[in-house]
Formats: sequence, C-alpha cells, structure tokens
Amino acid sequence: MVELTEIQKRLIAEVADLHQVPLGAYNFRANGGLAGRNTTANIDIQSKPDGSGIDIRIKPGTKNESVHIPVVLSETGLKETVYNDFFIGADSDVTIVAGCGIDNCGSQDSEHDGIHRFFVEKGAKVKYVEKHYGSGDGLGKRILNPVTEVYMDEDSSMEMEMVQIKGVDSTERTTLAELKKGASLVVRERLMTHGEQKALSVYKVTLYGDGSSADVVSRSVARDDSYQKFDACIIGAASCKGHTECDSIIMDRGTILAVPSLEARSVDAALVHEAAIGKIAGEQITKLMTLGLDEHEAEEEIINGFLA
Amino acid sequence: MLEIKGLSFSVKDEKGENKEIIHELDLKVEDNRLLVITGPNGSGKSTLAKLIAGIEKPTSGKILLDGNDITEMSITERARNGIGFAFQQPVRFKGIKVFDLLRIASGKKLKVSEACGYLSEVGLCARDYIMREANSSLSGGELKRIEIATVLARKCRLTVFDEPEAGIDLWSFQNLIRVFQALREKISDSSMVIISHQERILNIADEIAVLSDGRITAKGSKDEIFPTLIGTEAAQDVCARLK
Repeated sequence: MVELTEIQKRLIAEVADLHQVPLGAYNFRANGGLAGRNTTANIDIQSKPDGSGIDIRIKPGTKNESVHIPVVLSETGLKETVYNDFFIGADSDVTIVAGCGIDNCGSQDSEHDGIHRFFVEKGAKVKYVEKHYGSGDGLGKRILNPVTEVYMDEDSSMEMEMVQIKGVDSTERTTLAELKKGASLVVRERLMTHGEQKALSVYKVTLYGDGSSADVVSRSVARDDSYQKFDACIIGAASCKGHTECDSIIMDRGTILAVPSLEARSVDAALVHEAAIGKIAGEQITKLMTLGLDEHEAEEEIINGFLA
Repeated sequence: MLEIKGLSFSVKDEKGENKEIIHELDLKVEDNRLLVITGPNGSGKSTLAKLIAGIEKPTSGKILLDGNDITEMSITERARNGIGFAFQQPVRFKGIKVFDLLRIASGKKLKVSEACGYLSEVGLCARDYIMREANSSLSGGELKRIEIATVLARKCRLTVFDEPEAGIDLWSFQNLIRVFQALREKISDSSMVIISHQERILNIADEIAVLSDGRITAKGSKDEIFPTLIGTEAAQDVCARLK
C-alpha cells in the first residue's frame, strides 16, 4: 500500500467513510495510479491489460462481502478516464463502495471520468454506494463525469446510492440500466450544488422482463447560482412497475430543471413519475425557530434532514 | 410570569384599511397556572398565541416574561428565553426525523433514552416513532402528540398550545386530554396557556379567559367562568352521538 498524503486520506474519509484500510477487497487509486489493492478468496481485482481500468470479479454465492474502490485526485490539471467492470456472480450478496474525491488547489482543471459497468447475474443482490466530493480553493475546476451501466439478469436486485453534496464544480452523470424478468433496481440520488456549480443527472432505465421494477428517486438542493438538471426516463417493455421522482429545494438564484419521463411499450407496464420543486416552507423555519434555532441554523437542519 | 399590557395588533384588509384583531389587551398568567383562553371563532385567539411566541409583531403594547420586556425579541430569542409554542397545525418535514425534532428542542446532545421518555409522556411507543420522518406518513393525532413532545423537551417557563384539538379525531382527542391532565400535574415554576373552546380542555383549567373581538371580556377561576360558557360557542362539546 502506497503511503497516502493527509489530503488524500481526508478525501477517502469523505467519499468512502474510511479512516483506515478496509476489511475485504479494495482498490485505491490516487492521482492516476494504483495506490493499494487487496483481493479475497471470493473477490478478484485485476487491472485491464491495456491499463484503462480494472475488472472486479465476484464469485457466485459470495455473501456479505464488500469491495471499496475509492479514487482521489489531489494534483491540479489531472484528467483521467477509467473503465471499471464489475462481474457479480449469481446469488451473491455484496456491497460495493465507489467514490471520487478531488482536491484542487491549483489553477488547472482536474477531471475524473469513471465508467462503471455492472453485470449482475441471476439472483445476485448488490448495494452500491457512490459519493463525490470536492475541496481546495484553487481556480481550477473539479469535474466528475461518471457513467454507470447496469445489466441485470433475472431476479437480481440492486440498490444504488448516489451522493454529491459538496465541492464538485461540474458533473454530468449518466446511468443506464436494463432489467430482465423479476429484477429490481432502486436508485436514491442526493445532490447539493452551490456557487456556480452545474450538475446534470440522466437516467435511462429499461424494464424488459415481466415482474421487473425500478424506483429512481432524487432529492436535491440548488443554492447560490447553481444549475441542476434531472432527466430520468423509465421505459416499460413488459408487465413491470416503474416510478421516478424528483424532489428539490431551490434557494437563492439557483435553477432546477426536472424532466421525469415515461415510455410504455406494454399495456401491462405500470409507470408513474413525480416532480416537485419549491423553496423551504416558511412555516418549517418558523417551527424550528420556536424550538430555539436562529433562521440560518433552521435552514441547515431542514437541508440536512432533506438530504439525509 | 407572563404579563401582557395594552397589546394591539392590526392588519391591512383587502381595501388597504387597518383592521384591528387585538385591542389594547391586558392579561396576566401567574406561575404554576394553567390558563385556557376561549372565545368564538375569529375572536383573535390564535393571533394572541402567535403574538406571545413572536410569530406576529404587535402594533402597540408590551409583553413581559418574568418582568423582562420581550416585545422586541425575535421568535428565536423568545424561545431561548423560555417561551414554548405548539402549533395548531403541526409542521411536516421531509427527512427530519422525530428524534431530530426532539434533539433540536432539547438544545443539547440528546440521548435516545431521553427522547423515548418524552414520547412515552405523550403516549407514543418510542420504538415505533423515534426514527420516523415527521412527514405526511404520520396522522394528525400522531403529529400533534409529537408536537407536544417537542414542547416538553424544551422545558419552558411558559408554553402556549394553539388549539391542540384541531385536526385530530375524537379518539386521539380523548388521549390528548389525558396528556394535558398529566402535564397539569407536573407544572412547577412554569405555566401553560391553551387556546381552546373544547369543554373538556376548559374543564382542566385553573383559570379561563374569554376573548371576544380581540378583547378579554371575562377572566377568572374555572369554577367562576366555566358555568357561564356552557352551551355557547366558547365551550363546545363533542358530538352528542359520539359520547
């Protein structure tokens, strides 16, 4: 394991809740290179022959194991694109924690574009957590453009938690998913933008199999002059259930564009979308003030609760 | 002790003319007392409650708490000086949990066991509620009790309850009366003001004040005032068939 700098350690703590080397399999990437890796009897991690990323293979039937693959960038002007493929064996039950932290104190833009593909075999269960975090006060931008592709075999399930709360200047997140019979996908996105940040979030989920389901829910807060676009489309091509929801708090001079959409290709597809954008309700602030908080503290509690 | 001196409050109506809701009102609430303020709809009861909590600012007059003038204080300052306020319609929050509200109310790092104590005082099983969001998934009666639990967690010098019976079913209301009765027995060095025109709440008061057109038209002990109110809009009973 390469010795990490204090900044890198802090970034890893932010994106993966890790304060020390985790148990189980992991792959740490720092400033474009490998900083540490561990494999287990059931989880193998190999670099792709062309060096473009890693393959993570989880054996069928692996239960209660985890994989951490945090990425940190602490040099200014670094731009990288990484391809990571996850092969999740049948009937396994695993947690995967990815995340990217960028600290940019310099004047050049730093960018990490991670392309993650998940091949979830029959009956497998995956919990995936992806956190983004940026820090540093340089003029260079912190940019993250993740692409996630999910291919779900019969009766598999996946829960994705996507979090970006602080410090990323520009992000364009694209998530594509295809589900076979009985598969289920749950996505919980939490996003906060501030300053002049821009965040685009695009989902396209296709329900091909009977009994498949998808629930894509985003909660976001846009502060200052930031811009957000949430564009989620659920396509129902079988007897399936799909739901997408975008619930946003707008503050200051923020802009939020919510475009939930549905496409039904089967009479048995039950699809629902919802979107709501509004400011913090005055009565919520008043209530918390009667409990002794000042206006600013009340606002913070409301936002923290909303994004929790 | 709460003292209200010459308090007036007016708003502009649609024509832009001043409409006075509270007229030069005087009122005193001694320590260790439960005062119920009743009166017909539109008499200014809820406005008076909001003026005490600082949610509305008076046009003239003074409000004193333990001799200190709090008229110019914000909602937050009043809360920090010991005024508690339970809303008529409890506010719903997406994401904020019942525990969070109790933590904020207590103003300290609250232990789960302490939070559970407050919930059991209002008759809720803490295990079922403590980690639930204080959102629309809770019924009116549940939210009302949580609202009261947050006020209990604050341990105020003076607590104002604005129409605690509003928006809840009869079943919950009967439980609520029991909660207030228990609270009544526990007040020491503090006082409670309940805005209500429900007979059963009037019945647990030490004192009753009647508000009409923004003026106190009668004030005295329960035994003195209560008999004069029976059968009027100021003392409503629940539907006879439900008795």
